[in-house]
Amino acid sequence: MTRTGKFLAGVFVALIAVAALFPSLLAPGSPLAVHPAEAFESPSLRHPFGTDESGRDIYTRVVHGTADSLTIGLAATGLGMGIAVVLGIITAFAPRWIDSVILRGLEVLYAIPTLLMALIIIAFTGPGTTPAIIAVGLSTAPGYARLIRTHLRTLVNSEMFDAATVLGHSTWRKVRNHLVPNTLTTLLALVTLGIGQAVIWASALSFLGLGTPPPAPEWGAMLASGRTYLHFAWWMTVFPGLAIVTVAAGATLLGRSVTRRST
Amino acid sequence: MSQAAVEVKNLSVSFPGHGKSVIEAVKNVSFKLTPGKALGIVGESGSGKSVTARALLGLAGGQVTADVLNILGTDARKLPDAQWRELRGGKVAMILQDALNSLDPLRPIHREIADALPLARKARKHAAVEALRRVEMPNPTVRADQRSPQLSGGMRQRALIAQAMIGNPAVVVADEATTALDTRLTRLVLDQLHELTTQGIALAIISHDLAQIAQVADEIIVMRHGEIVEAGLTDQILERPSHDYTKQLLAAVPAGVPRFVPLAREVSQGATPQAGLPRSEASRKATDELAVEVTGLSKTFGDHVAVDDVSLSIGKGATLGLVGESGSGKTTTARMILGLTAPDTGTVHIFGEQFTPAKEIERRALRDRIGAIYQDPLASFDPRYSVSQILINALSQGTTSRARQYRKRAEELLETVELDSSVLSRYPRELSGGQRQRLAIARALAPEPDILILDEPVSALDVSVQATVLDLLDRIQLETATSYLFITHDLAVVEHMSDTIAVMTNGQLVETGIAEQILNHPRHTYTQELMAAAPTWGINRAS
Repeated sequence: MTRTGKFLAGVFVALIAVAALFPSLLAPGSPLAVHPAEAFESPSLRHPFGTDESGRDIYTRVVHGTADSLTIGLAATGLGMGIAVVLGIITAFAPRWIDSVILRGLEVLYAIPTLLMALIIIAFTGPGTTPAIIAVGLSTAPGYARLIRTHLRTLVNSEMFDAATVLGHSTWRKVRNHLVPNTLTTLLALVTLGIGQAVIWASALSFLGLGTPPPAPEWGAMLASGRTYLHFAWWMTVFPGLAIVTVAAGATLLGRSVTRRST
Repeated sequence: MSQAAVEVKNLSVSFPGHGKSVIEAVKNVSFKLTPGKALGIVGESGSGKSVTARALLGLAGGQVTADVLNILGTDARKLPDAQWRELRGGKVAMILQDALNSLDPLRPIHREIADALPLARKARKHAAVEALRRVEMPNPTVRADQRSPQLSGGMRQRALIAQAMIGNPAVVVADEATTALDTRLTRLVLDQLHELTTQGIALAIISHDLAQIAQVADEIIVMRHGEIVEAGLTDQILERPSHDYTKQLLAAVPAGVPRFVPLAREVSQGATPQAGLPRSEASRKATDELAVEVTGLSKTFGDHVAVDDVSLSIGKGATLGLVGESGSGKTTTARMILGLTAPDTGTVHIFGEQFTPAKEIERRALRDRIGAIYQDPLASFDPRYSVSQILINALSQGTTSRARQYRKRAEELLETVELDSSVLSRYPRELSGGQRQRLAIARALAPEPDILILDEPVSALDVSVQATVLDLLDRIQLETATSYLFITHDLAVVEHMSDTIAVMTNGQLVETGIAEQILNHPRHTYTQELMAAAPTWGINRAS
């Protein structure tokens, strides 16, 4: 990344962090405050992103929605990655037959598209924020697990590892000196890339009414409620949509640069 | 004397470098290619030999200038792309180095060979089979339908030669066509190339290996830093080299040089601090004590018997050369001796103590006594570690101590391998191939081992760099009485380095004995074949 690129990325991350942790700093009003008299107002100075059918300020709702969308994204990625690390370590180091069993299982799960899998899980758990996290987390785990397994296998069979063995280093030291540091950079890149994806999937679930329930300001849910009025109140869908795109694209770009730096 | 097929006068190729600078890859190079003759272009990596060769096909890239660049009567200096393509497809052909990557693995080789011919499909395939027959591909009709992964390395290289020959070229450029092959295949390919010249083709053969080129070339030009340092008839270059660099290259070839005689002769005053060191058989500390004793090692992978009942021993301070072609089981044997691969049966003893079979924890006490050096040192270093971290990691048993004593030891190790301590803060990927191998040696020496397992340690190096590394290994052995297991496919290297030689093929040890006896009076037919295929130097090396 160029210097300007790095600067912009920093500003972007800071902005997202503030919006998620202290939304009132950027948007002092309440995201749930209803003003029926001001319904369907187009973007103006008073309401930069316009208002929705109940007269709620879209800008305030988008800012306050950051926390929700990001929590789902982070928690889901964390959950998926956690499961994946455990499975990855087991498959990489366990006896061959355990590896094959888990691997075949993962391949079956991998064959089901992520969103479809999330829908199946929601069908069991019922809609809500926590079920959405679990659904997205579980659905992304197989992909991560396979990547981590391959990565660990490659490292363990590498000449670098052999060289340490020949020098008489204990397994623990080999893991600490070579395995963990070389895996962490890869994981970091995966996680950053994954958050963007998870935000999109979480929003998709909410859009379908299976994630965070209304009236909480969640971007996917806002998209869904704006859809009905799309032909005359475009701002109700465009701004939450832009928020999703920005965060997902931002996370992906950051992930890319982490990947490039670590290789 | 017939008309020259290719005439090049004052060819220069330059590339844009960093910022506004210009890198001159080739400077004022002149030569001629004559029908029925082979011109050898010798040089080390970065000498500009490949760029020169590629300029003959309009593939050099960069800025090409020349007073004369005459290819088969065409002035090729300002040739448009379309006309270059015409020349390349038909009259000028190139045989590439990497047969594995130059053939599409998804297409049968007859299509790879003959697709460019303006013929009907059946006729094209027929032509491909004919071409394969001409390069003596076994079973050409069957092989033509196979894809490159189904062929051996030598067959692939032959397919590439067939591909080059299909358009009946008048000029053939072979760029390192034998570099990746082992001794017998190299011989075959060199014979094929020689055959081309007898058919009246003008051949340019490019290699870093003077010994190989000398087998085929009628004339040789020696390149260095983009310039021709010496040109002449092959015999003249080999027997009466006039330029210092050529002499240095010739001296660096290990074939026929007795043990412990240095190969790298710095012609101009060099920085190698090796003067005054005893270099003779007499000063060796070799004793009868056995350093390594291997009995009955076997290993099977699935259905494939990789190593079959191998027994060998290495005396203290002595070198056992393990020779064999790729796939003969050399590396698996080395890995079993190092305790990296568990053998199915067999034992390894190190100074009388059992090393294999054993648990890794029991083995650890002996680990300090045996070290290893690999063909690709870069892969054996953690990419996140700097040179000093690599050495300290090795010295400190993997703790990440920053203790001063380690730093001092690290500097001493670098001194031992003749590396400047300024490389301490650098990363292996920033070092040259020779420096990396020195670093690998330094790391292996960290625990002060009594045994080093060297798996193709110099195969990836240029001849003159190889010479300095071999000299270094010699010096270390003389000073510390370290035992070497020297694994290589290069007979010249093994001849120079070994006390005893073991020959391996198809997982079995077919012959073991004193080096001199194996080299001069091989008993097993496989060894005899191997020796016959080795390049012969019939030249006077006394100078």
